[in-house]
Amino acid sequence: MRITLTVNGRAHEVDVEPRDLLVYVLRERLGLTGTNIGCDTSTCGSCTVHVDGESIKSCTLLAVQCDGRAITTIEGLANGALHPVQEAFTSEHALQCGFCTPGMIMAAASRLNEVKDPTEEQIREGLEGNLCRCTGYHNIVKAVQKAAAAG
Amino acid sequence: MTTTPTPQQHLETGSALGHSVPRKDSAQKIRGQVKYVGDTEVPGMLHGKVLRSEIPAGRIRSIDASAAEAMPGVVCVLVGTDLLDIDPYYGHAIRDRPIIAIDRVRFAGEPVAVVAAETEEQAEAAVRAIRVDYEPTPAATDLDGATGPGAPLVHEEPARGGAFHGLGNLPERLGNVCYRYELDWGDLDAAFAAADVVVEGTFEFGSAYQYSMETHACIAQVDGDEITMWANCQHPFLVRAEMASVFGVPLSNVRIIVPFLGGGFGSKSYTRLEPLTIAVARKARRPVRVVARVDEAILTSRQHSCRIHLRTAARNDGTLVARQAVCLFDTGAYADNGPRVVATAGDAAPGPYRWEAVSVVADCVYTNVSPAGSYRAFGAVHQQWAGELQVDEIARKLGIDPLEIRRRNLLRHGEDVRPGGKPLDGDLIGDVEKAAAALGWDRPRTEWVGRGLSVGVLAAGAHPVSCATVRMEADGLITVNCGTTEVGQGARTVMPQIAAEVLGLPVDRVRMGGTDTRFTPYDRSTGASRSTTVAGLAVQRAAEDLRRQLEDMAGGEADPAEYLNLMRGHFGFAGGELIGRADVHPEGSGSYAEGPVFWEVAVGAAEVEVDPDTGVVRALRTATIADVGRAINPAFVERQDEGGGIQGLGTGLFEEVLFDGGHLSTETLLEYRVPTTRDIPREMSCVIVENADGPGPFGAKGCGEGALAAVAAALATAVADAGVPVNQLPLTPERVWRAIQSRNDKRSEV
Repeated sequence: MRITLTVNGRAHEVDVEPRDLLVYVLRERLGLTGTNIGCDTSTCGSCTVHVDGESIKSCTLLAVQCDGRAITTIEGLANGALHPVQEAFTSEHALQCGFCTPGMIMAAASRLNEVKDPTEEQIREGLEGNLCRCTGYHNIVKAVQKAAAAG
Repeated sequence: MTTTPTPQQHLETGSALGHSVPRKDSAQKIRGQVKYVGDTEVPGMLHGKVLRSEIPAGRIRSIDASAAEAMPGVVCVLVGTDLLDIDPYYGHAIRDRPIIAIDRVRFAGEPVAVVAAETEEQAEAAVRAIRVDYEPTPAATDLDGATGPGAPLVHEEPARGGAFHGLGNLPERLGNVCYRYELDWGDLDAAFAAADVVVEGTFEFGSAYQYSMETHACIAQVDGDEITMWANCQHPFLVRAEMASVFGVPLSNVRIIVPFLGGGFGSKSYTRLEPLTIAVARKARRPVRVVARVDEAILTSRQHSCRIHLRTAARNDGTLVARQAVCLFDTGAYADNGPRVVATAGDAAPGPYRWEAVSVVADCVYTNVSPAGSYRAFGAVHQQWAGELQVDEIARKLGIDPLEIRRRNLLRHGEDVRPGGKPLDGDLIGDVEKAAAALGWDRPRTEWVGRGLSVGVLAAGAHPVSCATVRMEADGLITVNCGTTEVGQGARTVMPQIAAEVLGLPVDRVRMGGTDTRFTPYDRSTGASRSTTVAGLAVQRAAEDLRRQLEDMAGGEADPAEYLNLMRGHFGFAGGELIGRADVHPEGSGSYAEGPVFWEVAVGAAEVEVDPDTGVVRALRTATIADVGRAINPAFVERQDEGGGIQGLGTGLFEEVLFDGGHLSTETLLEYRVPTTRDIPREMSCVIVENADGPGPFGAKGCGEGALAAVAAALATAVADAGVPVNQLPLTPERVWRAIQSRNDKRSEV
């Protein structure tokens, strides 16, 4: 099937199999390997991207479901300048190995779109579907708070 | 006018050292620009998929791969009989594991065949078309099944030592026991006979899975006797030597390129997917990439489960006098790092107390389940919770506060941890007092809230061999070359901090890249909390060597502002380069008996709340002590302790790899649950202790593992303090609820 995906502001026409997952098309067909595959069961959140502005786990979404929709991956989140969540992940030491980081940043950025000034509890709730095995999450929460304050 | 300070001024002002410099790899990681092995492509690359055994034990009568070989895109199918031209067994401790099963299978999930095809889908489809005819044989799927009379033997062939066991003479195998560690001193019977209080119990420790978020991955390319790999291994130099030996090629013909690792925690230590990837690439005559799924990664490495029978004796005044531990560790179908895990556990079994007599026997037992290897804090995490529960049990019997009984009995700096080894190099009494204070030990507590302390030490540093170069190029920028892999711990930031400190340069003028065994100086391994301590010392010495060269050119002290002029003067033009080099090697005989490099401190405290109706344990707060000698980057130290602490929380409360009749039943993250943002304590404090008493650069010693053992054990002692002692980890709601019920039953009988 031929579908149109607008990825990071650029339109792509791609031939896909109906069974192809969005994460596969992003990584293997478009070469956007910043989105990682972790668990294959929609548990870990490493593959989180935005579809029409909402965060979604791309390992359990079919590419054909995204025909005509706008997708943002970690590679396209910085719009000229870094997104405030990206800035804060560096300054707050919110990452180590970095494997969860793209998905975590995408989930956090989407959380801040939904709730402008979230409480600590709302941040924890918003990131519950994203696993990190290196940090203890505390500095990820701090980074999101800092990004929220930076607006 | 600003002047660049001299190296000595830098040491005094600490401008690079002791500062929480942001990660140098952060810019790439926050943009999704890092290429992990699974993101890497090599021209002409095929995709490999593994067929795994469906039964825990049996003989392979035949394999029919003809249908698979005829499928679209399939280039070849590797089976055991393809390996008969080499000695196809590996294992750094015991050389007991075939690259893939040859004539028999020893666990459900063991690789039996590997398909190489143009796409992953084609390879996966072909795997399903392979037919294997097995003759099942009796299986020993747990410790009971492997140690009783008439237990089926997992291995029948004579044991062969691996290249890196470091354990002296490998003992004869006793049934399924592939290794035994013993530790004895004093007159045990007399000490127990003379004691006033004796406590005794059997403790069961469940196996956790390391769960690095990036699974195992490897690309291999074979050209004649040249083997090139891109692999996410923690110890590329050990893997290189082992692969050279297995495939019969010169060591330096094996080249391993290691980009960033998406976590390791021990799961990627030693040899993993590399031999089967090389073997299939050799047959395909094209490069092949193999990336494991999560269920395959769990089958590739996990933590040991164990059973410990423990007795501890004390006098009425609270003096601890004797301890006996008899331990069985389930290492699965292949020894993997089991012997080292068991030896480290044996050292940790007494706990860092002043005993009159100790006896430890720890057995490493083969079973027909997937192999267990290294997981952060191995050995210590297995023993510390059990030993500390008994210290508290004695304290309760004698009416002594848990902090006080530890003050009276803990070893002091310079005392022997075990005879003949390195004496204690930390301040445990100070550490546990700080942990208690950080938790608020003396605050009043309510019903079903418990507080616990735990103290342990962990033999750390592994074998102290690391080499490094520090290179100054014609633009004055510095590159640190050091074989430590970046698993997330921050090596590529900390090593530049060390070199910058020595050279008196800002840290942004120094960088460090990934490992390529063809060019990067040798480093034994990335694990055992050794990188900052051992590789960091090599980097410090190499930077000093470079500084000496500059001082020779200057004929005295070399001002960092003059480095480029000095170099240009030396070479006569704006070219050339200076390379400082150094190594770290064992002093004395280098034997393990003289070790460890240092004792990593594992001290923590926890406060929990137990729900008496459901048995759910909630961790309210934790405190850990990072007794690091000198914190090169304090934020990294805190983050290491926090990450280790959260893994301790998972190990302590709910993470467990389960098998049913030898079959893995926790195959995905739906069944195997790891901590999320909702599980973490609201307050986790890390106290950094800097006594400059480590053997590493500037008095540093490693950290990051101790917190795992400390938190798991402190959760257990805290739950016991809440009134529910449980001799089993993890402390799942069911286990805690049953313990509450049995306590209530006993009370109603009275």
